[in-house]
Amino acid sequence: MSLGIGERAPRLELLDTSGRSHVAPSGDPATVVVFTCNHCPYALAWHGRLAAVARDYAPRGVRMLAVNSNDAERYPADSPAAMVERVAREPGSWPMPYLHDASQEVARAFGARTTPDVFVLDADGRLAYRGAPDDDFDDPARDAAWLRAALDSVLAGEPVARPRTESVGCSIKWRP
Amino acid sequence: MVSMTLVELLYWRGCPSYPAALAELRAAMAEVGVDPGSLEQIEVHDEREAAQQRFPGSPTIRVDGRDVVDAGDAEPALNCRIYRRRDDRISPLPDPDDLRDALRRAVASRAGDRAV
Repeated sequence: MSLGIGERAPRLELLDTSGRSHVAPSGDPATVVVFTCNHCPYALAWHGRLAAVARDYAPRGVRMLAVNSNDAERYPADSPAAMVERVAREPGSWPMPYLHDASQEVARAFGARTTPDVFVLDADGRLAYRGAPDDDFDDPARDAAWLRAALDSVLAGEPVARPRTESVGCSIKWRP
Repeated sequence: MVSMTLVELLYWRGCPSYPAALAELRAAMAEVGVDPGSLEQIEVHDEREAAQQRFPGSPTIRVDGRDVVDAGDAEPALNCRIYRRRDDRISPLPDPDDLRDALRRAVASRAGDRAV
């Protein structure tokens, strides 16, 4: 089961790569929860665009959380240590915290399927957009346009014109 | 039309890049003049097959047994494979120019063999 548009998102509380706890939803004007990881080329191709959204919308009260839910045993590139190493290796590329969902409960509660898989929550914590950042992982000029349009609508208190798009990427690697 | 060049597309259905990889590969083969009948599609189903095929991720494209992009020491895995385009972008697909260059090398090599 996936979280439906208009439904209240489950509460998440996860630790980032420096051990700090993050809770959502927590009353921000909008929250972006993006399921991502280290080893997927789709997630990597879109990462810069997502980071730009985090930077551009932070002054407007938008909070972005990047969540890695992959099975780190079978995919060691997604282990907590590898997450820490990546954030240290890419200074300036992480305006959002990188959270580890070791139990995979958050991914299951949201119904996330791919990396990346983008969920936008409004100020009430209700799902306003779910899908891909934009329509082409291979074209940085697309600039996460779907995500930006969704955030603009949520911040304006308007319904999102296209609240659901197809999530494109690697499957989340579930534990056996 | 040059025949006999063996082109292998190895893929794993868990990665959505396969149809785009197939389309790009077919386009490159047509451009270089490689017989479309020389394309063999090989599905990798599990980790055992990934190890047997030395499959570093999906898609993997080999021309006459040589990977079109050197996978280095990547371990066999059921992954989407990470490629770097010539403009340095990360992509789930190899750069089309890398495909064409690999095909041209194979064609030139066969032409050289025939000339000997």
